Amino acid sequence: MATVVFSQATRTYPGSTVPAVNALDLEIADGEFLVLVGPSGCGKSTSLRMLAGLEEVNSGSIFIGDREVTDVAPKDRDIAMVFQNYALYPHMSVAENMGFALKIAGVSKDEINKRVVEAAKILDLEPYLDRKPKNLSGGQRQRVAMGRAIVRNPQVFLMDEPLSNLDAKLRVQTRTQIASLQQRLGVTTVYVTHDQTEAMTMGDRVAVMKDGFLQQCDTPQALYDRPVNAFVAGFIGSPAMNLIDVRIDSEGAVLGDAHVPLGQDVLGAARSAGLDTITLGFRPEDTVVGTEGFAMHVNIVESLGADGYIYGDITNANGEVNQVTIRTDGRNIPRKGENVRLQVTGGHTHAFNPATGLRLGN
Amino acid sequence: MAFEVTAALTDTDLLFLPWATPLADWSEETTVALPKGISRHIVKFVRLHGIVYAIKETQQPIAEREYDLLQKLVRRGVPCVEPVGVITGRVSDSGEELPAALMTRHLEFSLPYRALFSSTLRPDTAERLLDALAVLLVRLHLVGFSWGDCSLSNTLFRRDAGSFAAYLVDAETGDFQPRLSDGQREYDVELAVTNATGELMDLQSADLLHESLDAIETGKKIRARYNWLWNEITSPLIMASNERYKLDERIRKLNNMGYDVAEMLTTTPLHPSDNDIRIVMTPKVVDAGHHARRLIRLTGLDVEENQARRLLNDLDQFRLEIGLSTSDEELAAHKWVTECFEPILAMVPRSLRGKIEPAEMYHEVLQHRWFMSEKAGHDVGRLPATENYVRTVLVVKPDERAIIGTATDEVLENTQEMRLVFPEDLPDIDVRSN
Repeated sequence: MATVVFSQATRTYPGSTVPAVNALDLEIADGEFLVLVGPSGCGKSTSLRMLAGLEEVNSGSIFIGDREVTDVAPKDRDIAMVFQNYALYPHMSVAENMGFALKIAGVSKDEINKRVVEAAKILDLEPYLDRKPKNLSGGQRQRVAMGRAIVRNPQVFLMDEPLSNLDAKLRVQTRTQIASLQQRLGVTTVYVTHDQTEAMTMGDRVAVMKDGFLQQCDTPQALYDRPVNAFVAGFIGSPAMNLIDVRIDSEGAVLGDAHVPLGQDVLGAARSAGLDTITLGFRPEDTVVGTEGFAMHVNIVESLGADGYIYGDITNANGEVNQVTIRTDGRNIPRKGENVRLQVTGGHTHAFNPATGLRLGN
Repeated sequence: MAFEVTAALTDTDLLFLPWATPLADWSEETTVALPKGISRHIVKFVRLHGIVYAIKETQQPIAEREYDLLQKLVRRGVPCVEPVGVITGRVSDSGEELPAALMTRHLEFSLPYRALFSSTLRPDTAERLLDALAVLLVRLHLVGFSWGDCSLSNTLFRRDAGSFAAYLVDAETGDFQPRLSDGQREYDVELAVTNATGELMDLQSADLLHESLDAIETGKKIRARYNWLWNEITSPLIMASNERYKLDERIRKLNNMGYDVAEMLTTTPLHPSDNDIRIVMTPKVVDAGHHARRLIRLTGLDVEENQARRLLNDLDQFRLEIGLSTSDEELAAHKWVTECFEPILAMVPRSLRGKIEPAEMYHEVLQHRWFMSEKAGHDVGRLPATENYVRTVLVVKPDERAIIGTATDEVLENTQEMRLVFPEDLPDIDVRSN
């Protein structure tokens, strides 16, 4: 087990002037489950592949534990790519399927047996060790594939979109298994996904990337509560946070026909930046429908039972229309075409500089 | 029944396959049983108007990405299966969403490794399989494709004049880069060794590996073969200015291995005062298939590289026999097609022609003629050799165009005659040393 450190690590593909990963600084603690997340082309997979030794690091360095691995061959980095190969061999037992790579590496028979039994215990596969793969369920086969990585006792597990080729049901099941397994093993794990729900439910910390730059790396709760910029605010959370450019005055943000109160810290930060407009953010779940607040016209209503989603328009004094999404109590959903008033609850407003996207205030 | 189709379908009957049924439940009337490798997905084959298609169920983004990658590989001339289309938005009759399906055209005369040997995988066959796999990996790496899951199961093999030509079947884990780093290549080779060794161990567990073969030692050979070939093709040539012959030699060697030189980079010496000026040349090889291209230019025959080499040797020999010089190559080629190639194939009864690809059959006839002549102590001639070949060898062969309705095990039992084609004392036709 080990820490992982990216220090100013940069990867520029030949023929490109823009780095795919730009001066990445990231420290991953021993035993931590870190998820790299972001839209397609953000550099998350490239970062993982740099750690795996599959991408050249053009500048900066990468450490696993105390050892710099920037120029070390993939096989000498003591890492394991999980699910790189999970076609199981039909004539080999579960134990043989799990241990075959160790046999190739010349590990002794006793040691292989020991490690396979240990891994099987963790994976609840012990009763099946002598069986052939055809006698296993889909989930058990997945666990055998995980076992192949576990028996190698690597310092770091790497997983690149490991659930992408599973159907929805098996994906949720395997997601839970991977998370609990990682907790039991305590092996430092770097996991790449484009799915923010997967990232938020699995990671101890989540690193959000965009255009090759690390945007924010923090616990899921901190990303949700205090996104450092408008991109992270919009990317984390489902449905996405409402982000609207609004005018501000001494009372707060002007939204539709009313004011949304803002903290002094926000107003102060906006003033010192010379802004009279900010990007106001509020999450669909942080609103309440009532008699006070700003007016919204209800366009579409989706009832999901416990919850309901409302898609509506807010019209500013100058006639500009902004579309917003609101989550509401499933038993108390306004009707389509209705005009309602909304308030942001608990002061859960977020404010960003419209030019830089950076957070204003606390 | 609802679904969407990506790609231009060559055969509209593909639209009428039972897309509302999970692939696993497609009936035996719809599908054809062909031998398959080890796969994590459900794969089935269908036959429409004489063409066999492979259908794989997987998640939509994966199917679409693989379709795209296969198209790029085809365009770059890498041997792989031909993508036909992606079916998405499948819904069962009961309204349940079904996975997407990727359709590829099955390669005629291609076989998965498990159908290439009789009761056990013998050392010579194993060596040729691994050779073919290493050649394929080098070709993929030259175009900037990292496979990510190179294995015998993800490859189909065609006979190629006693060797095998390998075709990529599964591109799901692959990725294109402008140029692969050493780390990416090493990792791919590492995976190839691990996967192929695992597959050999699996054969061993099923008593299908010849007792003289050590799975681990055999699997490791992929790395040596790959490294040797990669080095031969890409390592820089260092030569003095008066050593032009070295450059010619190198180009000839590359050509003989089935490669062309696309580009050369020269670097001038660091010390201009040095009389012994040395030039570093890096031949950049883009495409294999020198012999295949030469043969197609001369004869219009489109065949595998080693087959082309054998056929060209025969053509050259024929040209000498009829007393034509190298400048009459095209005339000789025309005469060779009409007087050698076509008459020999015409001697094969129509009912037996589907058994083996024409070029491979011609190669086997040449081989057979050599055996017969050696035994007889004199040349037995083309026509008697062909007649004997058809009577003793061809009739007992299974049909390789697409082995329909035969389980893998039966195929294994039916390929006993391979020993006739590849006797143990036959020198290996090795892509590496020619």
